[in-house]
Amino acid sequence: MPEPSSIQKSAIRKRGQVGERLATLCVWAVALLVSLVFFWILIDLFLGGVRHLSLSFLFEAPRDAGRAGGIAPILVASLEIVAVCMLVALPIGIGTAVWLAEYAGDRNRLGRLVRRSLDVLASVPSIVFGLFGSAFFCLQLGLGFSILAGGLTLACMVLPIFIRTAEEGFRAVPQAYRLGAASLGISRTSTLFRILIPSALPALSAGFVLGVGRALAETAALIFTSGYVSRMPESLLDSGRAMSVHIYDLAMNVPGGNDNAFATALVLLLLLLLINASFAWISQHHLSHGASQS
Amino acid sequence: MFMTSLRPTTSSPPRADVFLVFALRALAVVASGIVLLILVFLLLESAPALEGIGLTRFFSDASWHPLSDRFNMMPMVFASLAITFGAILAAIPLGIGSALFCRYYAPPKLASLYRALLQLLAGIPSVVYGFWALVVLVPVLFPSLLAGIVILSLMILPTVALIADASLAQIPLEYSHGSAALGLGRWSMIRGVLLPSARRGLVTAILLGLARAIGETMAVLMVCGNVVQFPKSLTDPVRTLTANIALEMSYAGDLHRSALFVSGLLLMGLVVLLVAIAEGLSRGKIYA
Repeated sequence: MPEPSSIQKSAIRKRGQVGERLATLCVWAVALLVSLVFFWILIDLFLGGVRHLSLSFLFEAPRDAGRAGGIAPILVASLEIVAVCMLVALPIGIGTAVWLAEYAGDRNRLGRLVRRSLDVLASVPSIVFGLFGSAFFCLQLGLGFSILAGGLTLACMVLPIFIRTAEEGFRAVPQAYRLGAASLGISRTSTLFRILIPSALPALSAGFVLGVGRALAETAALIFTSGYVSRMPESLLDSGRAMSVHIYDLAMNVPGGNDNAFATALVLLLLLLLINASFAWISQHHLSHGASQS
Repeated sequence: MFMTSLRPTTSSPPRADVFLVFALRALAVVASGIVLLILVFLLLESAPALEGIGLTRFFSDASWHPLSDRFNMMPMVFASLAITFGAILAAIPLGIGSALFCRYYAPPKLASLYRALLQLLAGIPSVVYGFWALVVLVPVLFPSLLAGIVILSLMILPTVALIADASLAQIPLEYSHGSAALGLGRWSMIRGVLLPSARRGLVTAILLGLARAIGETMAVLMVCGNVVQFPKSLTDPVRTLTANIALEMSYAGDLHRSALFVSGLLLMGLVVLLVAIAEGLSRGKIYA
């Protein structure tokens, strides 16, 4: 067996080392580049927005097509849209998650079908939700351009995300809780409301927070469902302009609207950051604890 | 012996419980019925165009001028695909590089910071990315295919990086211990052992990135210039399928509106196909 000479050996080792160094350099460069670009974006948005942000910006109505004034009606409309969305998504989502986790085993045919169709629903592009919402909620159900139609469209969008998180939460509830309840003769209904839902509460709130984040960030599905009107909405059947739609409109259709678009973007980002942070907090303090018990 | 009067356990369950299971199942059926409802409405709304215009004219008409009865969608299909592939080509090395950085190169503290940054970025609304690109990129790159590719690659990068990172985390520790015991360097171990074993997860990451890119609307709408044409170079303005829907829905009527629903159907088909492949791949073990 020909032994590689010591010179050959060191050549191989050297080539290997050069490759190692190069790879390390590349990976660090990628991470640095990505961080720099993203900090550039975040700092731009922050500096652009913070100059025009004030308390009165939050409490005034927009004037001059949004170039001046604030975003009070837009904030209200956004919150109403998100509220409608979550009020509809929560009961359907919790019910579905309980059924999937507690009653539909992995072998259940209907269970598999439900899971499959929720996966598909999660992947539908938002503009397609917009088309569907405008055809179904606005025209077919006669809701017109309204906060209600926008919220319902978003509810369809948020459901799969919420259900996935909630189902994991119910699955993480220790089996002993269910057996204990059953041995005490507690009905399954009481078990659900007194034991399962309270134990899965961290996961439910995590799903809730994720859903709200997704709903606040959405634009394309809202343009043709909740509409453009920037007046203060008087009822859920009024059209209302969400924050993201406001940013789009100011940036594209209103020359000189960039300042207020920056400020609105900053408000939206701060809200999302808050939501993100609470999600991180919930999952760190409660979810891992629940999972470790199971 | 204690005699306690217990209701026999073999009796039928309380009525409330029967109702509960029934109600839960009904809710699950409602939730899963939504996707069917979407499909039905897309088909219903696009039926007039499929009958009145016919499939072939979406390819063979002279141009996209729906108001004068010309319905060639191909320039927009091409633009959507070009932007998507451009974006994924840029996002693959950056995304997988980021995942490798998190898993194998960065000190643990830095890795979790970097991961938090990626998670934050994944949550930034597309309209905000679009607005930033409009203010910062468009003055330099002009409204163009290139501007769209750049911003879209930034938007899907966190998706690709986070899923790749998660799939690298699934690799059994023995693999890296074994290769370390063989005296492999870090990069040789990654290239020779870890990346190949995470192959499926990485492909899943890329496919989901593709799905996100092709369905993306707001950012491309804001930076691509929205001219319906086959681009001759990277600096030409283009209009994607998604942007076209967003632009024309507000005034489209009859056949035109119906044609927009056809493009929606096409988008949904493409995305669902990509996701189905991704899920098929990751259904088994994500490594090996």
